[in-house]
Amino acid sequence: MADIAKRLQEQILSARDAGTKLNIIGGNSKSFMGRVSSGEPLMVAGHSGIVSYQPVELVLTARAGTPLTELVAALDEQGQMLSFEPPRFSNESTLGGTLACNQSGPGRPWWSSVRDQVLGIRLLNGRGEHLRFGGQVMKNVAGYDVSRLQAGAMGSLGLITEVSLKVLPKPAVTRTLVFDMPLNEALGLMNRRAAEPKPLSAACWLDNRLYLRLSGAQAAVDATVRQWQGQGEQLDDGDAFWAALRDQELAFFDGAAPLWRFSVNPTAANPALEGDWLLDWGGAQRWYRGDASMAQMQELAEAAGGQVSLFRGGDRQGEVMHAQSPVLQTLQQRLKQSFDPDGVFNPGRLYSWM
Amino acid sequence: MTDQDKPGKAQLAEMFRDFIDAEYVIVDEETLRPYECDGLSMYCEMPLIVVLPETVQQVQRVLRICHQYSIPVVARGAGTGLCAGAMPHAEGVVLSLAKFNRILSIDPLARSARVQPGVRNLAITEAAAEHGLYYGPDPSSQIACTIGGNVAENSGGVHCLKYGLTVHNILSVEMLSVEGEKLIIGSQGLDSCGMDLLALITGSEGLLGIVTEVTVKLLPQPEKAQVVMAAFDSVQQAGDAVGGIISRGIIPAGLEMMDTHAIRAAEDFAKAGYPRDAQALLLCEVDGTAEEVQEHITQVEGLFATFGATSVRTSQSEAERALLWKGRKSAFPAVGRISPDYYCMDGTIPRGQLAHVLTEMQRMSDEYQLRVANVFHAGDGNLHPLILFDANVPGEFEKTEEFGARILELCVEVGGCITGEHGVGIEKIRQMPIQFNEQELVQFNAIKDAFDPAGTLNPGKGVPTLRHCQEHRALETKPAPASMTTKGAA
Ligand SMILES: Cc1cc2nc3c(=O)[nH]c(=O)nc-3n(C[C@H](O)[C@H](O)[C@H](O)COP(=O)(O)OP(=O)(O)OC[C@H]3O[C@@H](n4cnc5c(N)ncnc54)[C@H](O)[C@@H]3O)c2cc1C
Repeated sequence: MADIAKRLQEQILSARDAGTKLNIIGGNSKSFMGRVSSGEPLMVAGHSGIVSYQPVELVLTARAGTPLTELVAALDEQGQMLSFEPPRFSNESTLGGTLACNQSGPGRPWWSSVRDQVLGIRLLNGRGEHLRFGGQVMKNVAGYDVSRLQAGAMGSLGLITEVSLKVLPKPAVTRTLVFDMPLNEALGLMNRRAAEPKPLSAACWLDNRLYLRLSGAQAAVDATVRQWQGQGEQLDDGDAFWAALRDQELAFFDGAAPLWRFSVNPTAANPALEGDWLLDWGGAQRWYRGDASMAQMQELAEAAGGQVSLFRGGDRQGEVMHAQSPVLQTLQQRLKQSFDPDGVFNPGRLYSWM
Repeated sequence: MTDQDKPGKAQLAEMFRDFIDAEYVIVDEETLRPYECDGLSMYCEMPLIVVLPETVQQVQRVLRICHQYSIPVVARGAGTGLCAGAMPHAEGVVLSLAKFNRILSIDPLARSARVQPGVRNLAITEAAAEHGLYYGPDPSSQIACTIGGNVAENSGGVHCLKYGLTVHNILSVEMLSVEGEKLIIGSQGLDSCGMDLLALITGSEGLLGIVTEVTVKLLPQPEKAQVVMAAFDSVQQAGDAVGGIISRGIIPAGLEMMDTHAIRAAEDFAKAGYPRDAQALLLCEVDGTAEEVQEHITQVEGLFATFGATSVRTSQSEAERALLWKGRKSAFPAVGRISPDYYCMDGTIPRGQLAHVLTEMQRMSDEYQLRVANVFHAGDGNLHPLILFDANVPGEFEKTEEFGARILELCVEVGGCITGEHGVGIEKIRQMPIQFNEQELVQFNAIKDAFDPAGTLNPGKGVPTLRHCQEHRALETKPAPASMTTKGAA
């Protein structure tokens, strides 16, 4: 629990003067993501603590190094939650890293993503300037949305030092239904269910089983369970299943085989690729385990209306994110230049050219 | 490029007529007139030329010509904006997207629609209705405003407390850069690799590119929706009731407040049955499954009573629900009837500051001798004070503007911001330095530079430009010079 922004600022300024590069590290729980980055470690975990939390306003502001576990505990006491269900790859996972890597859990299509819930940030740019964007209110359209721009930038634009978020009340009740079902059938059903006005809050397919989570008012959840259950059964420890899915602790995620993440049209036919698949986000996020080339995977992702990244394992010297079109690549290089003219932060972490 | 090389008006029009129907290249004063302002008619400027292209290729050619000769380009949707964002540039071209009014496809299973930028907000919901779907954000101007304008302003509506703003409800945009190059931002998935450019574009007020196609998310129509109307003797009580609902874990679909002036004006206009003697009125809509709505409505009614409501009424039919909303949705025109002119502000504040802000505003209202009516997206703290004035009284608009500026300063002072959904445009450019320091404004300008180095896309709007950009870049780490200009401001 400390404010070390001054020290971080000095480190950035002296790196800039010395012409050295910095590798931003929060809880170090996502070091497996992105490309291997050179640069001296810039440790942010010390910049930690909740700055303000007003449950009635549904707004929480915390320093970027604050562990997610600390936020979740504070929200729990008030019956509230981080609605984007951020993965906790370890107990040290931080708020800043979650935003920079754009990490959201199973409820994402229904309950929003981390980028959706960000209201404002403070950021140290490559000139060592400590800037504030957005705010602590629900709606703010003054200036460009620099806060949400950070989602997925993986620290390439600067060091996020503080984040304000919209938080939400926890649902009164949650139930999970499980059905035995092959992939294609499950894909169709997930999408049809998502088009119904019911309290669906997560939909996942794994090992020939479809999992649907319902959350909301007691009466609504009970009634939907009655209407949808059919041949399915209720899972007793549903919450444990979704938490394990969120934190990638299911057996599917074990082992060293490369883990690919597809972010695609939820209705797209699944790529014809032998091997293990896990479908989440009602079909919009799909995981695949196995060796493949980036070029081959990109082709499959584009056919499915989306993009792919090599999430974990495999070759982390090559590109691990879906290629950008030439115009978007130039644009992102120019944006990088506008925030970090000397390329101090996370060189090559997101793309080799960034 | 020297001024001599620049084509004159007639020459430029000739170039456009080469590939756009002559009648859609407008140069005569009478036909240009309706384009001189947007919904904020106090700010006017006649453009050089208005073009209404019909194809993306035509838009590309317009952009290439304007880029070549450094001619300002101002995109325009329906012109309902409330910040003079679409106000023309005297030496520039207005690029109207009005002819891009086709819904290209609806995918009911994937719950998305591909639409052209000139499609009206409500038209999307109407087209999606046959699939039991709708488009979430519902600005009060939804019959008229376009999705392109919505993306440019990141517009909200009375239902954005639960369903989010434009930025939460779009999947991708196709955009043309200032050079006319095509960019696809976003995908059919829920996110893309790299920095979130889709968020950056949303709310960028036509300063970064021209949106030529939008893919929006569609939501299932709720099974049921009901609205509870509650009257209170004070805004403080009503404000506390809002907090009470949210602390109870209920996120209403919409939660709106009106003060006594707004209640009376709306009632006279819409005959919705609002209690004319109330000091504050809350409209709380709950939607979801039939069971859920029943459960929540009972809770909300109980809470309102606990917080001292003098009357509580719950809609018993769709017609009654529509009627209760009609008053709120027509609050602006309603206020327009009780005063020759009104000026709509758009600050956002932490909800807890409501009573303080309203009291201060009343004090200023007395000071300036100008009445103010308040409608308020209470759930998310977005305030719309409407200052009533008469433009024909010399000096009264200036006084109104000053009053408005002080309201915005107050919003920033209590931890809020100068605009929640209407945008900065020209109107609030002078308040930008209140919310942002110079380094932050320099960073905004650097973002603009990354997209539009010559600064020809909607110049003078959104972000104050630094007069000495060149010098400024050379100085970089030194403190920024204090020379902000609001170039182009009327
Ligand atoms: C009575 C009334 C009620 C309103 N209620 C609400 C409300 O509840 N919520 C809310 O958020 N707003 C509201 N507004 C404001 C306004 O309707 C919105 O800002 C709307 O999004 C503007 O859309 P438009 O098509 O009219 O855009 P315009 O006014 O034509 O343009 C707005 C801005 O967008 C840019 N632009 C337009 N099209 C494009 C494009 N294709 N590419 C790039 N830039 C483009 C323009 O350059 C301009 O800067 C209201 C306005 C009125 C008059």
